[in-house]
Amino acid sequence: MARIGVFVCHCGTNIAKTVDVEKVAEAAKSLPGVVFATNYKYMCSEPGQNIIREAIREHKLDRVVVAACSPRLHEPTFQRCISSEGLNPYYFEMANIREHCSWVHDDVELATRKAIDTVAMMVAKAAKDEPLFTKEIPITKKALVIGGGVAGIRAALDIADSGYKVVLVERTPSIGGRMAQYDKTFPTLDCAACILTPMMVDCASHPNIEIWTYSEVEEVSGYVGNFKVKVRKRAKSVDASKCTGCGICYEKCVVKGIPNEFDEGMGTRRAIYVPFPQAVPNVPVIDRENCRQFVKGHCGVCQKMCPAGAIDYEQQDEIVTEDFGAIVVATGFDLWDHSALGEYGYGKYPDVISGIQFERLMNASGPTEGKIKRPSDGKVPESVVFISCVGSRDDEHGYPYCSKVCCMYNAKHALLLRDKLHDAKAYVFYMDIRANGKGYEEFVRRTIEDYGATYIRGRVSRIFPEDGKMVVRGADTLLGQPVEVRADLVVLATAVQPQPDAKELARKLGISTDQYNWFSEAHPKLRPVEVLTSGIFLAGACQYPKDIPDTVAQASGAAAKVAALFSKDSLTSEPTIAYVNEDTCVGCGLCASVCPFTAIDMVEIVDRARSTKEQQIMRMVARVNEGVCHGCGTCAAACRSHSAKLRGFEDSQILAEIEALANIYAAQEK
Amino acid sequence: MRYAYFPGCSLHSTAKEFNDSAKAACSALGIELEEIPDWNCCGATSAHSTSHKLAIALPARNLGIAEQMGLDIVAPCAACYNRLKSAEAAVKDNPSLADEINAELQAKFTGAISVRPLIEPLSAPETMERLAHLIKKPLNNIKLACYYGCLLIRPPKVLQFDDPENPQSMDSIVKTLGAEPVEWHYKNECCGASFSLTRVDMVHKMTHDVLMRAKKSGADAVVCACPLCQANLDMRQAEIEKKYGEKFDLPVFYITELMAFAMGLPADGYWKRHMVDVRPVLKKTASTKTEPEECTAGV
Repeated sequence: MARIGVFVCHCGTNIAKTVDVEKVAEAAKSLPGVVFATNYKYMCSEPGQNIIREAIREHKLDRVVVAACSPRLHEPTFQRCISSEGLNPYYFEMANIREHCSWVHDDVELATRKAIDTVAMMVAKAAKDEPLFTKEIPITKKALVIGGGVAGIRAALDIADSGYKVVLVERTPSIGGRMAQYDKTFPTLDCAACILTPMMVDCASHPNIEIWTYSEVEEVSGYVGNFKVKVRKRAKSVDASKCTGCGICYEKCVVKGIPNEFDEGMGTRRAIYVPFPQAVPNVPVIDRENCRQFVKGHCGVCQKMCPAGAIDYEQQDEIVTEDFGAIVVATGFDLWDHSALGEYGYGKYPDVISGIQFERLMNASGPTEGKIKRPSDGKVPESVVFISCVGSRDDEHGYPYCSKVCCMYNAKHALLLRDKLHDAKAYVFYMDIRANGKGYEEFVRRTIEDYGATYIRGRVSRIFPEDGKMVVRGADTLLGQPVEVRADLVVLATAVQPQPDAKELARKLGISTDQYNWFSEAHPKLRPVEVLTSGIFLAGACQYPKDIPDTVAQASGAAAKVAALFSKDSLTSEPTIAYVNEDTCVGCGLCASVCPFTAIDMVEIVDRARSTKEQQIMRMVARVNEGVCHGCGTCAAACRSHSAKLRGFEDSQILAEIEALANIYAAQEK
Repeated sequence: MRYAYFPGCSLHSTAKEFNDSAKAACSALGIELEEIPDWNCCGATSAHSTSHKLAIALPARNLGIAEQMGLDIVAPCAACYNRLKSAEAAVKDNPSLADEINAELQAKFTGAISVRPLIEPLSAPETMERLAHLIKKPLNNIKLACYYGCLLIRPPKVLQFDDPENPQSMDSIVKTLGAEPVEWHYKNECCGASFSLTRVDMVHKMTHDVLMRAKKSGADAVVCACPLCQANLDMRQAEIEKKYGEKFDLPVFYITELMAFAMGLPADGYWKRHMVDVRPVLKKTASTKTEPEECTAGV
């Protein structure tokens, strides 16, 4: 028979005001197995813990129940307390009579009764407690950063600076991401390339960083400290070790006029190309879908011209599998396609462009070398309309959320337009102006007051071409009147949306997404850079729309988390995780399908019952990956054959709790 | 194809030619229309600007009778369609409102039938195929601006008809008739509707903008499917021309009139009721096709 001690906490008046704590302690004394019960003002305080320690010694207690607050708050405190007296820390139970009782009730008599019931249940459970032991898990001190935008670059640099190895995987031919496409950045109007390219170069030259461009993550397995990741390094058809970056290959390439992805289709590139002049690595790739050598089977111009002999048409995709201890996901965002909007012309009007296309029009390395010309006829615009919230805050066509960055880049675009073309008019249609960053509101005021942009509060209901202009019709909701602007160019602030394959990557990583496919953080306020799967961290706009300062801050946060993880030589695993009784498991796989952490694998084992000496019969069973399991208990609840179980929350323990409660009420009935 | 036919008040009065041509075209195309017995006004603007319940109950009565007939309703008038469809959606979405409305009705509406605008069966691919075989006087050599207005397509969530930003159903009929539909940007703008009675100045401006854009797009005439649009564009045209000092000369047809005319059905009765002379445009259409292909479907 267990020797159980019960300690009832007043929590100042938090509990004692609504629960008669003395009565609870008194009632506890008569519960089966309880040899000692008392109450104290603050059980978690040092004197309170000493009461527990002394009672363990004096009454030879082997189980402890503390009736106080939520175990989320003080379970570890009391576990440390009893283990200092030599008890296994899992010989401990906590009866929550604060959050579950005193805080939510006001009738003292009823609350006291409920507190007694709760204590009785935990006493019954404690009697069935088994000792549990932690395990040590080794850590591979090397991080994988997925995505080479400013988030990935910052995270990689910070981790590398902490002294750990990093692999930065990027799927396009160069790192740099979205930020490399921008012209200037708000609110300081720094040239985006000027502040980003030094970081890109630092990345490339850092001894702890390996950059794998033109590469994609194919498969992820394992768990915190021990991920195994398969990456496809796509064939660039250029030997990076020989290439000097001279650029003769793309000058001589005969396949021209391919829409340049980096210029958002505004400019063109060749079949062999670097996406932009400051690309890192400065190694071209051959786009095999358009290259004449690959399409027609003969050409070879670039190979003949390359002075370094770096062109290699025979190069194959390479599949690399490596071990990592942590993963930073920094895959960024995509932009909503406004061709869904009939009122703005279904994307068919060449002079209705997106904000990112306007960035390229203004950028000195863009298709017009920084001269603002409208796409249809190259005319320098005399008036430009900027429209906010295109697909954002729009349940009907796009997304209900705010894309967060558009107000600011609209202001930036309007300002830069007025700066470059003094006589051009800038109109901004907006719903609200959300300028809530450092220096942001001042920046918007500057655009309006110093640069003379016309801000019109209201939505645009229609854009159509007439007499060589784009007629923009909308409402001025401050005037309460319809307005019409005849513009040369219309720039739409299209919604920021998740990458089209975000869901697919989430599946590979075993992490969750929200209803839009943004990656879900572990806690929206307190754990914003972690996900529920240990060892995986988020940086930047793959989680939700973010501007550059927020992205960089989160990237450094993710890097700090990785560094903290790598600062230990091993991890201690929680023992309260699931396990499967393989003898009774029927292999239905239900547990694996409900597990939110993809911690359950289906494995084949020898069926001992049916196998004979001559013939081995195999069958499928579920097996818990102990490094991944979080101990949520979903599998145990779902298992039809009671084979999936949770340590510390065995069926016998839960049933004992229920029985204890039922007994109390059965006695009252009599 | 058989439908319960809801003509609505306009089609029995000011838009008689819409009614006549709709019936003639449907009968030629094998679309059977059975007029809802003892139908009542859909409530129009008056009901829904005074009482939400009345605005649902009035059309719901017609829905209830049609449900007893066991037929889906077609309504040629855009405004009637809008009201009937809105009532259908309101009753189907809101069981407690449905009970409240049905308590007032003899013939209950349980949601067993549905309402469609007449253009929907008229522009269906199978009708189009039949129509192509029946054309005796193709509308060659003319360009037409298909004007949908607002009530046929908005609010799209409720009405669920065509593309609200660039509707195509009349354009496809016009193409089948042999005319060229023009690309223009005012096909779903408002004509001013019933403000024609209270704010004539405003309707002048709105209707002017529509007519001006139709003219600019090179159209010889406007085609519509709403009695109020037709009235505003046709009847007010002379006033607008005078007020703005512009000349439009744009006849405003109902789509069904042109269908009946192209199929060689007697149409003179319709043209008498038009304010803007339709004859120059009709003359422009070449009527060289004399030997129509044999087709018995639906005739």
